[in-house]
Amino acid sequence: MRVLLAMLMTVSTANTMAAVFTVPLNDKSSITFISRQMGVPVNGHFTKFTSRIVFDPARPDVSRAEIDVALASVNAGSGEADDTVKSPLWFDVKAYPTATFVSDGLKALGGNRYQATGKLVIKGRSFPVVVPFTAVPAGTSMVLDGVIPVSRKQYAIGGGVWADPSVVADLVQVHFHIGLAPAHK
Amino acid sequence: MKDWRYTPTAVVLHNLIAGLIVATFPLGLYMSDMALSPRKLQLYSYHKWTGIVILLLAILRLLWRAAHRPPALPADMPHLQVSGAHATHFALYGLMLAVPLSGWLMSSALGFQVVLFGVLPLPDLIAANKATGHSLRSLHEWLNYSLLVLVMLHVGAALYHQFILRDGILRRMALGWGERK
Repeated sequence: MRVLLAMLMTVSTANTMAAVFTVPLNDKSSITFISRQMGVPVNGHFTKFTSRIVFDPARPDVSRAEIDVALASVNAGSGEADDTVKSPLWFDVKAYPTATFVSDGLKALGGNRYQATGKLVIKGRSFPVVVPFTAVPAGTSMVLDGVIPVSRKQYAIGGGVWADPSVVADLVQVHFHIGLAPAHK
Repeated sequence: MKDWRYTPTAVVLHNLIAGLIVATFPLGLYMSDMALSPRKLQLYSYHKWTGIVILLLAILRLLWRAAHRPPALPADMPHLQVSGAHATHFALYGLMLAVPLSGWLMSSALGFQVVLFGVLPLPDLIAANKATGHSLRSLHEWLNYSLLVLVMLHVGAALYHQFILRDGILRRMALGWGERK
């Protein structure tokens, strides 16, 4: 019985490993961020984003990801903060509605750790980023978790009076948590 | 022979707390009406830091008071005035603790951790919850206006003793060593 169970588990793990994950599970996904204001960590999140991902744990070379975040869907803690962050000095959502990450490479780091490289485009500015993340199986699906540090200065997010990093720190940690179901066969 | 003054430690704590309250009360009123700006974030932090310092000093002061009895009131003071003085002081001590605590609670509930001087994160006292946060904001405001009324009573009574009764009671709160009656 125990042997059978072990065999079943091996088979099911093997199935998960062999699968290619492409179907984003919106209710199991989130994009959150932490900024530091006067040394105080402040949480925020985006409610609208879309991802087109092909994640094959066995074939990092054919895996790819593109994630679009609707910047106007920002929740920065209060209505006033949301309005400020959407304004021209910050995201300027009228001119630049979307932030985009596009991968150009993926490698396995061992265990459930991976590292994507790609470009992060915000406010029309594009810079290369290295994104370490974990991929953890959850039932039949896969959950990707990682952090992209974003420099406000580099992307001109919060300029003018807001530029002073001693009030709002330059680095904002953007955390993505994306649930992916296997591709339909 | 008893000391007729408060101890120098008690006097220094009294004056420090008084000064900080006088500074941070109008700051609180001013900053809460500001539009969001870097200045506002700075002022909020300064206000919270000051409040935490007041809370710590008030705790120190109560501990000190427990170990060092305040000087006795004049023997001929009318009973009503004695009761009034005790009630006012009791309420003032309570508010010196309750006002900063309500601010700390409000900050936690609204999702903003208090980080003392921008470097020392204080634990959140309650979980973030917008509705609770707004109730605590009202409580913080209400406690502050109570404090304002009590401080006016306290200062009014001090001036009354000094200039109308001329009983020299204000000198109990002056710095001085070694003078005994």
